[in-house]
Amino acid sequence: MTGLGSFLRQLARDIRSQTLRTFLTTFGIIWGTVAVALLLAFGEGLHRQQIKSFAGLGDHIVIAWPARTSLPFQGLGKGRAIQLDEADIDFVKANVENIDAISTEYSRNLRLRLGDQGRGVEVSGVSPVFGELRSMVPAAGGRFIDPIDMEQRRRVAFIGDQLATELFGDADPVGREVVLHGSPFTIVGVMVAKEQDSSYSGRDHSKLIVPSTTFRAITGQRYIDNFIYRATDPKLNKQVSSQIIAALGERKRFDPADSEAVSIWDTTEMFVFFDNFMLAFKIFLGIMGALTLVVGGIGVSNIMNVVVEERTREIGIKMALGARGSSILAQFVLETMVLTAVGGAIGLAISWAICSAVPAAGVTRFVGTPVLSPQLALLTAGILGLVGLVAGYFPAREASRLDPVIAMKL
Amino acid sequence: MNWPIKRRNGNGSSSNGHIIEMAGITKVYDTGKIKVEALRGIDLRVGKGEFVAVVGPSGSGKSTLLNLVGCLDTPSDGEYRLGGEAVAGLDRDQLADVRNRRVGFVFQNFNLLPQLTALENVEMPLMFGGVGRRERRRRALGQLEQVGLADRVEHRPTELSGGQMQRVAIARALAMEPDIILADEPTGNLDTGSGSDVMSLLGALSEQGRTLVVVTHDQHLARRAHRVVEIRDGVIVNDAPAGR
Repeated sequence: MTGLGSFLRQLARDIRSQTLRTFLTTFGIIWGTVAVALLLAFGEGLHRQQIKSFAGLGDHIVIAWPARTSLPFQGLGKGRAIQLDEADIDFVKANVENIDAISTEYSRNLRLRLGDQGRGVEVSGVSPVFGELRSMVPAAGGRFIDPIDMEQRRRVAFIGDQLATELFGDADPVGREVVLHGSPFTIVGVMVAKEQDSSYSGRDHSKLIVPSTTFRAITGQRYIDNFIYRATDPKLNKQVSSQIIAALGERKRFDPADSEAVSIWDTTEMFVFFDNFMLAFKIFLGIMGALTLVVGGIGVSNIMNVVVEERTREIGIKMALGARGSSILAQFVLETMVLTAVGGAIGLAISWAICSAVPAAGVTRFVGTPVLSPQLALLTAGILGLVGLVAGYFPAREASRLDPVIAMKL
Repeated sequence: MNWPIKRRNGNGSSSNGHIIEMAGITKVYDTGKIKVEALRGIDLRVGKGEFVAVVGPSGSGKSTLLNLVGCLDTPSDGEYRLGGEAVAGLDRDQLADVRNRRVGFVFQNFNLLPQLTALENVEMPLMFGGVGRRERRRRALGQLEQVGLADRVEHRPTELSGGQMQRVAIARALAMEPDIILADEPTGNLDTGSGSDVMSLLGALSEQGRTLVVVTHDQHLARRAHRVVEIRDGVIVNDAPAGR
């Protein structure tokens, strides 16, 4: 047989003459593709949304609060307050390996004045690495606290996005001045809005961040409220944490086994839990997807079977005219492939349309933005097509092996 | 109706001039429970340019014989040489090629593909024969013109009368310029008028020098043949020139 063109023309004619069957086959493939693509897209979107929310607090960070001892140690009673200052954290930095970044944090609610407006705001004094640790990204045109700010105790502040809107409306806060605890501060950056589903001492969007050196200078506070750090590899967080506790225990004389002297919140545990949860969820989705494929495949293969049965006479006629079995099969295979491609493409388009509609509907906060995987959608269509092909191929081959006169009579 | 006369110099006949040589052909349908002997030892030779009518009562085996001649079916036993070539030794694809190049089949119920136009139906054997698109179209149009359907090429079978459908089928049978035209009750589904058109057409084909084997009940059609072969119960009981 010559030419793809004649194949395609023949296909077009077959589709014209067998509208319902063609529609059903294509619909089966479309349906399966959409179902599987959307399942996985929403699963992935939800996963990413949760990760983003978690990472809003910080990506695989550990937060530590000095507290009170709960065990007696070296003749000292329990219930003793542990207080840490910069020197203690410098000691930790110098003595514990595999710390990627560490920052102290001083927090206090301070009085802020802007013109004749006055209010209390949650202020944190931190190191420059804090911004990166806590996923605080400066909006374009601004910056986070930098080492020179630290060194020179500059009165500069990084402002949460919501607080910025409350204070300045739509105007750009960068370069503006506010009076904090009686001292003028220049705003150097605004935080990019972020998803944050967990926090301590208030959400970042309503905070004012200043250099810790400046914070100490204006408030006279010596002891830190907490410190945060991250190991060079999230897997080392646990090990680094116990080394930090051990180092501090030696310096501050508390039992390294005392879990309350310095309380630790390792956010990686949350990630681990959630990864496991999502794995289970994805397995569930995978099973759903597989079942959808099976059901879709049965549908498609049934239709294909019927198609061959109904076309046995046509196959007989073609053979009587001298068609080789291979050309009859080739036509059949090509038809299936074209239907699969068309069904897959339509299915992908529908999935894409639904996925695009989700952000527009404003529900991304709850379900995330579905992440469509075209490869998976096309794979799904391909599998359905293959099922249809296999289901149709063997009866078609049977038919093409009959004597034409028998095929024509069937 | 007048059909253009065109003498052909076909080849493919064996040295003794016979296109069809059958010896001791039998066909047994074995359904498991019952064995039906449709043909019981057929010896038949048809020379180039002959017009043979095969007659006989229903169930005598004449259609079975025609199907075997056209390689639509395979004999249970016996030797069949088509154009000097033993058919028994051919594989599936070779048989398909034989059907495509050597034989043109005309059926009682036309067997046109309903979703195709008249032109596309005629083009089909050319397509299977690997003829290029332009050439295919040219030849198919030529054949349709020959059978008087130049003005119906874009019609679908459902838009044609029975006689027109059968003429499309004849054009299709002629498309590959085969050695022999086989027709199984070609006028069986037609009214008298259309039937006589088809008969004249077949007569004209014979006058052009084509070899025809036609199974028929129709005395008028049989009378046009050079030779009448009569079959009863699977054997040839009479083989004589037409007109007695």
